[in-house]
Amino acid sequence: MQVPAQFEYERATSVAHAVALLQRYGPESRLLAGGHSLIPMMKLRLANPETLIDINGLDELRTISLEGGELRLGALVRHAELMASAVAGEHFPMFRDAERVIADPVVRNRGTVGGSLCQADPNEDLSAVFTALRAVAVIEGVDGRRTVPVREFHVGPYQTVVGDTEILVEIRVSVRPGGGSAYTKVERRAGDWAVAAAGAALWLEGERVADVGLGLTAVGADHFGAPQAEEFLRGAPATEENFAEAGRIAAEHCRPVADQRGPEDYKRHLAGELTARSLRRAAARARGREA
Amino acid sequence: MTTHAAASTPLGFGSMRRKEDARFLRGAGRYLDDIVLPGMLHAAILRSPYAHARIVSVDTSAAEAHPKVEAVITGETLAGLGLAWMPTLSHDVQAVLATDKVRFQGQEVAFVVAEDRYAARDALGLIEVEYEPLPAVVDATHALDPDAPVIRDDLHRTDNHIFDWEAGDAAATDEVFSRADVVAECDLLYPRSHPAPMETCGSIASMDPVSGKLTVHTTTQAPHAHRTVYALVAGIPEHKIQVIAPDIGGGFGNKVGIYPGYVCAVVGSIVTGRPVKWVEDRSENLMSTSFARDYHMHGEIAATKDGTLLGVRVKVLADHGAFNGTAQPSKLPAGLFHVFSGSYDLRAAHCSVTGVYTNKCPGGVAYACSFRITEAVYLIERLVDVLARDQGWDPAELRMKNLIRPEQFPYRTALGWEYDSGNYPKTLRTALDLAGYAELRREQAEKRARGELMGIGVSFFTEAVGAGPRKHMDILGLGMADGAELRVHPTGKAVLRLSCMTQGQGHQTTFAQIVAEELGISPDDVEVVQGDTDQTPFGLGTYGSRSTPVSGAATALVARKVRERARIVASAMLEVAPSDLEFVKGRFEVRGDPAASASMAEIAMAAHSALELPEGVEGHLDATCVYNPPNLTYPCGAYVCVVDVDPGTGQVTVRRFVAVDDCGVRINPMVVEGQIHGGLADGIGMALMEALAFDPDGNHLGASFMDYLLPTALECPSWELGETVTPSPHHPIGAKGVGESATVGSPPAVVNAVLDAIGVRHADMPLTPAQVWRAMQGRPLRTDLSVT
Repeated sequence: MQVPAQFEYERATSVAHAVALLQRYGPESRLLAGGHSLIPMMKLRLANPETLIDINGLDELRTISLEGGELRLGALVRHAELMASAVAGEHFPMFRDAERVIADPVVRNRGTVGGSLCQADPNEDLSAVFTALRAVAVIEGVDGRRTVPVREFHVGPYQTVVGDTEILVEIRVSVRPGGGSAYTKVERRAGDWAVAAAGAALWLEGERVADVGLGLTAVGADHFGAPQAEEFLRGAPATEENFAEAGRIAAEHCRPVADQRGPEDYKRHLAGELTARSLRRAAARARGREA
Repeated sequence: MTTHAAASTPLGFGSMRRKEDARFLRGAGRYLDDIVLPGMLHAAILRSPYAHARIVSVDTSAAEAHPKVEAVITGETLAGLGLAWMPTLSHDVQAVLATDKVRFQGQEVAFVVAEDRYAARDALGLIEVEYEPLPAVVDATHALDPDAPVIRDDLHRTDNHIFDWEAGDAAATDEVFSRADVVAECDLLYPRSHPAPMETCGSIASMDPVSGKLTVHTTTQAPHAHRTVYALVAGIPEHKIQVIAPDIGGGFGNKVGIYPGYVCAVVGSIVTGRPVKWVEDRSENLMSTSFARDYHMHGEIAATKDGTLLGVRVKVLADHGAFNGTAQPSKLPAGLFHVFSGSYDLRAAHCSVTGVYTNKCPGGVAYACSFRITEAVYLIERLVDVLARDQGWDPAELRMKNLIRPEQFPYRTALGWEYDSGNYPKTLRTALDLAGYAELRREQAEKRARGELMGIGVSFFTEAVGAGPRKHMDILGLGMADGAELRVHPTGKAVLRLSCMTQGQGHQTTFAQIVAEELGISPDDVEVVQGDTDQTPFGLGTYGSRSTPVSGAATALVARKVRERARIVASAMLEVAPSDLEFVKGRFEVRGDPAASASMAEIAMAAHSALELPEGVEGHLDATCVYNPPNLTYPCGAYVCVVDVDPGTGQVTVRRFVAVDDCGVRINPMVVEGQIHGGLADGIGMALMEALAFDPDGNHLGASFMDYLLPTALECPSWELGETVTPSPHHPIGAKGVGESATVGSPPAVVNAVLDAIGVRHADMPLTPAQVWRAMQGRPLRTDLSVT
């Protein structure tokens, strides 16, 4: 059995309390949400926090609601809860697409949406989903709350804009009519991290793409995005040829790195293929032709 | 999925629920890590971060100063005791703790014994080791290059060569090839894989300073072999060593050998005078315990133009890692690989195998491979498909045409094996019919016309299990015969003591069923005792599918001995001659007077009573037996796999898997089917996702379950099983062995199916989405190296 090094443990009773604990214990403290990345890293001693601040008791961060034209996801919403959410699934079916292929039921029952974003693993799925949806992150600190577009949330692998004494509390996504979304992932086996994945959110006006958001996982895309492909599609006819071309552009601009999941050329190929597939499916959903 | 009703308890063979399951399903199994001995200490191992490096210095002073640390043992400590090196199962030596160099990443360097597991792990971080890194030998195909770094300078070697070995008639084979109409050749890698049992390896050593007795609780598939090896290595008298295997959470060959941690635990207990528990973690298991396969094969197959197979020859480069620790019969450095002529009637065959050292973990046979028959079957079954593809022949028809015919048994192969029995065409026909082969080919053609990729893969395997005849097979000089002891208590309940050791195979049930079949008592009335060397007779353990062929035979024979004793007792009870008695359903009846009879329970009571027994007959009702198998048993099977491949991503979906096994008489069909299910899942793992690769520095790229993938239920179709039954003529109950059949037979079926789908001649396993896509581009990956 792998065992972690010694650490202190505190249980936060409110967001303000958690922020206060972060201040008290300093930069060597870490928030504990689902723990499905942090605890294994501690057991492998790749992470050795001096203090864990457990925020699992903060029920106010566990809600999913539709308010003011926005879908609001508390940071502590579990993957399984997002997957099961009727309101989230109705407006953004790509959440279900993605959640179905994130890890396994055990992890999904415990792992959280906010924890996934804050872990900022370049292979993590929800970052690309929120990138495609142009979600906004709500971060709370000593001085109150601030909002950051998810496309500016990550500053590098395993690094985010969340400060040492701040907590990600909510993710918001604007709900707009005429949209469809989809997420497509290739993995070596159920539950594996993505070899590559792509998400697409599409809003149609007639047969034209009114707006589009794309997100790419595990292919070294800057901020998980594919802005050049989005630019190409916006205003263009929603055709198979254009989706394929958008995929080609997305593939051209990402920077995948070879590992045992696959060589660079294959991952680049997947970036294009999966972008096109997600666009195709998102368009079908926008047209009401597929659930 | 075919299932057998398993409700009632048969008085012998038949599907019945496993006696052990009530315990396991309630979470009441007792595994090594559940055992807590009074005063027990905990240990952790410091391992090398380098694949190849000279050890300049080891400073343990800070670790020793840790308040909870009881002992720090280094290679130097062990060298002082003469224990720094231990013998392997292949006449090599392996470092227990490194003294001069480290030779693979993860090699054992120091051993810390502390009050608890956390302190032991913390103290590892306090040990300072200075290394001088050396270039590593990673790619086995370059291990014999003149400028390759020499790994085993401890043996004064000047290169990395271990052995050359050959089998078959080279001249006859060359002659066959020179006259053949067609020859197909192929380079195949069976990549290094890992057994990865759910329970990792571990040991609790307890040296009682008063009695001088060493008790070792350990995760072993071969408790008696361990005891003897401890006696030979540590010089402790063998009667003062007790090895106890508790419940074992899977072995697959991973738990046959003795690992350095076990030896260190013994030393730790001697040094501290307290029990010492060492249990490796998952990464340690994947990095440092016995791997499997790692065969680079160049195979050739020869045939006539009408599709008659003539011969096979193969050159193998075998990567044995840093120490030659392969577990196999002593005289066979490539195990039983030379059954690679497979299930076909060939005129000639020849192999030459060269073993090399590399800077990788030692081991080599583990993982349900039947002593390298996995590699052999993969070789022949891929070659047959390659030949069929080259010539435009149907791979199922080519197999059917060339299978050994039923009337040829017992069949002596070109490589000298005597296959005991089989009806191969019937087995293959059953599988093809179950699969609907012709219909599948039609469907495939239709799909192909639409641009969809569907593949059908066929494999036929012959296994050789039940090692083995003493005159041919031993491990470290210990013959591979198994003992059995059966004692019937006065009330008719029995205890059976065996040398083999279950790791999930269901021995508590199936061996009780063998006794039940022979004595006519309920399997529920037979207690099967295994694992404790003080309670069980000698034998070499459970691996290589040998339990039923060897210990199962011993069980049947010892039960028959007891039955014959019971006959004599019954004759005294019923006052007739023994020959006048007939054994019917658990009772001895007087011939012609069935009313005069005695049940086994009545006989057992009488055998322990004041009853006057015939002159020269001892009382009680028990017997012992040692079974030396006259031959191996040869199970076979025909498998058909159907896959769909996504042309845009290379993802493979195994849609169907038909498996028809012939393992002779089935003691418990439900247990047999469970074994087959597990092996088929293994095969999907091998074919599609499992491989241990290393980067150019020798860093291990599969040291966690995030990196070393095991298949899940989601990758497995609903298995479609069938059977044919050809009893083994020489086994007392006609049983063969089945534990590894599906692991051996299924990988080529899956690979053949995928390559059939994408129309590619060959690409090495694992056929990950990336590998399939690259194979479609004509640029398959080397799956033993890091992907670049």
